Amino acid sequence: MGWNRKVLRVDLTAGTCKEEPLNMQWAQDYLGSRGLATKYLVSEIDPKVDPLSADNKMIMATGPLTGTMASTGGRYTVVTKGPLTGAIACSNSGGFFGAEMKFAGWDMIIFEGKSPKPVYLFVENDKAELRDAGHLWGKSCWDTEETIKHELQDPLVRVSSIGVAGENQVLFACVVNDLHRAAGRSGVGAVMGSKNLKAVALRGTKGVSGIKDFRAFMKATTDAKKVLADNAVTGQGLPTYGTQVLMNVINEMGALPTRNHRDVQFEDAGKISAEAMAEKRPSDGKSQLVTNAACFGCTIACGRISEIDKGHFTVKNSPKYWGASGGLEYEAAWALGAANGVGDLEALQYANMICNEQGMDPISFGATVGAVMELYDMGVITKDILGIEAPFGSAEALAKMVEMTAMGEGFGKEIGQGSKRLCTKFGHPELSMSVKGQEFPAYDSRGIQGMGLTYATSNRGACHLRSYTVASEVLGIPVKTDPLTTEGKPELVKAFQDATAVFDSAGICVFTSFAWTLADVQPQLDAACEGEWTMDKLNEVGERIWNMERMFNNAAGFTAKDDNLPPRLTTEPAKVGPAKGLVNGLATMLPEYYRIRGWTPEGEPTTETTARLGL
Amino acid sequence: MSAQLKMKIAFKLFASLTDYLPADRKGNRLELEVDEGTTVADLIRRYNVPEKSAHLVLVNGVFIPPSERIRHRLQAGDELAIWPPIAGG
Ligand code: SF4
Repeated sequence: MGWNRKVLRVDLTAGTCKEEPLNMQWAQDYLGSRGLATKYLVSEIDPKVDPLSADNKMIMATGPLTGTMASTGGRYTVVTKGPLTGAIACSNSGGFFGAEMKFAGWDMIIFEGKSPKPVYLFVENDKAELRDAGHLWGKSCWDTEETIKHELQDPLVRVSSIGVAGENQVLFACVVNDLHRAAGRSGVGAVMGSKNLKAVALRGTKGVSGIKDFRAFMKATTDAKKVLADNAVTGQGLPTYGTQVLMNVINEMGALPTRNHRDVQFEDAGKISAEAMAEKRPSDGKSQLVTNAACFGCTIACGRISEIDKGHFTVKNSPKYWGASGGLEYEAAWALGAANGVGDLEALQYANMICNEQGMDPISFGATVGAVMELYDMGVITKDILGIEAPFGSAEALAKMVEMTAMGEGFGKEIGQGSKRLCTKFGHPELSMSVKGQEFPAYDSRGIQGMGLTYATSNRGACHLRSYTVASEVLGIPVKTDPLTTEGKPELVKAFQDATAVFDSAGICVFTSFAWTLADVQPQLDAACEGEWTMDKLNEVGERIWNMERMFNNAAGFTAKDDNLPPRLTTEPAKVGPAKGLVNGLATMLPEYYRIRGWTPEGEPTTETTARLGL
Repeated sequence: MSAQLKMKIAFKLFASLTDYLPADRKGNRLELEVDEGTTVADLIRRYNVPEKSAHLVLVNGVFIPPSERIRHRLQAGDELAIWPPIAGG
């Protein structure tokens, strides 16, 4: 089966927890996790709902492979209507929380309404209850997790929580589990905060039962693990250097957005790269990187565990940050560093720790700081307004702003609204480097053309995890395409979008796709899940999920006009590097993309498309 | 016979390939004076970088496919950068 066939519905207004059967027809049509939870959400909420109102719902969901022996099968997803974007929000996270939900016997937890006072949900196998969280309110994610484990006298409880940022409804607040793992984007943590839900603590001892064909599943997962181990990227590259190894690659290619996308190369990229993390510091003779780490059941282990320089100005008086902690991933290092022109690796690690501690998405936070620094540079935001000096490149300003934003102090409240609202307020909406209100990740679409279309059409706003064409355009996976041309990119983007929807909905990590194709996932799903899971069916499920998300966004008020990029990327050519003189060719790609999607020129799925996909 | 003309280029090895650079490297970068006409493959060989480890090869940020490395002649001022199989996200 793969599924537990059980949904926990938590009515926060009434304070009740009820069990209901999983809709198995929907499981056949939408698989699990991202797809299935989105199906529940779009069936239950008004697309026009205010994301921070009691009428919005939030779903935490596992996939059929979550908690199983499939490699990376530890993922869970948080699905809701996102406050940063007003679009569908769907953020997934690794760690151990997802598998624990499965072991407790549940496929997903649906939260509805709003609790009159702070609470947390405690689930121990079949038992589920809301508990007072008055004493946890105001605590960081780290302290919340520790306090709950201590109170329950159980170190094996798995906790997902919001920090002060989520309580304050910072629009890019995230939900943090297992200390350093996060459902990071679109402000899912703000929705949790708006519901007065501080945390979810799970303990499951049932294991996973009901695999359809256990023998076939053993074989399929073993074969697939061998593919990961034998592949040079997933077997050696990712565990050794992590995602951060991309910093120098993308910089060389002239596609590293720098100083709020003014530039495409960062002169200090080397100082904030994976290579720099592994190098011994002159100050204490130690490297920042301590070791790699893995999420539940993962045989890749791309995670970074780092130790900051104790003498660095950010922490020299704060011993609590001296220990080993979640380290910099590429996206975070870029957003906190290159996006602001900050080349101080220790300052980036500090900002990264605060983001983990208080529950903020480092991508949107860092990119918003980039916008603030540009407005400061232009004299629009002054020291008087900000309270500090904030020129591009200032590590001091970055450190101060991360504290202000996390704790909701002073100008931090404005930063916590994200770059779109902030830039609009100061009269320069064009300087927000975002799509649908969500900030770009670490690839400049002038140097990697397919990413422009990826960003413009992503259902959750600018994002690299909806269609990572970088794999093809930069790394040659599965085939090398030219990053500087728009040709063939609409097909490439669609293929990546649909396949990624399946990876996400299965409950596995998308990083497996550096070695696996859907053909490696298919036998694992087919052995685990009841029904026939053929390649055709998986391709259709991916496309169905994509269109379902799109239809929700259209109903929420988005139109083709919102499939757009900031003017900087379509009118200001890259100044240096291979893309010198180029802007992103979105206008060439978009009509073709709509056509192959089976959408009208207005970006609406045609009736033939919806009928074909059973939507 | 005239002496072989020389030109300056930069040679960069990243991630685990850094070990193939001589000890006097500056970070990941080495400035070299090479004969005119030197190809990408010449330098990969000269520094004993195993063929299958030279996975991602960029000259001035532009990808050079494996089949072209033996033909691609470097120009003065070129930046040649090489990575083993890697990925990110
Ligand atoms: S590849 Fe990295 S992010 Fe993905 S499951 Fe493994 S450790 Fe976690």
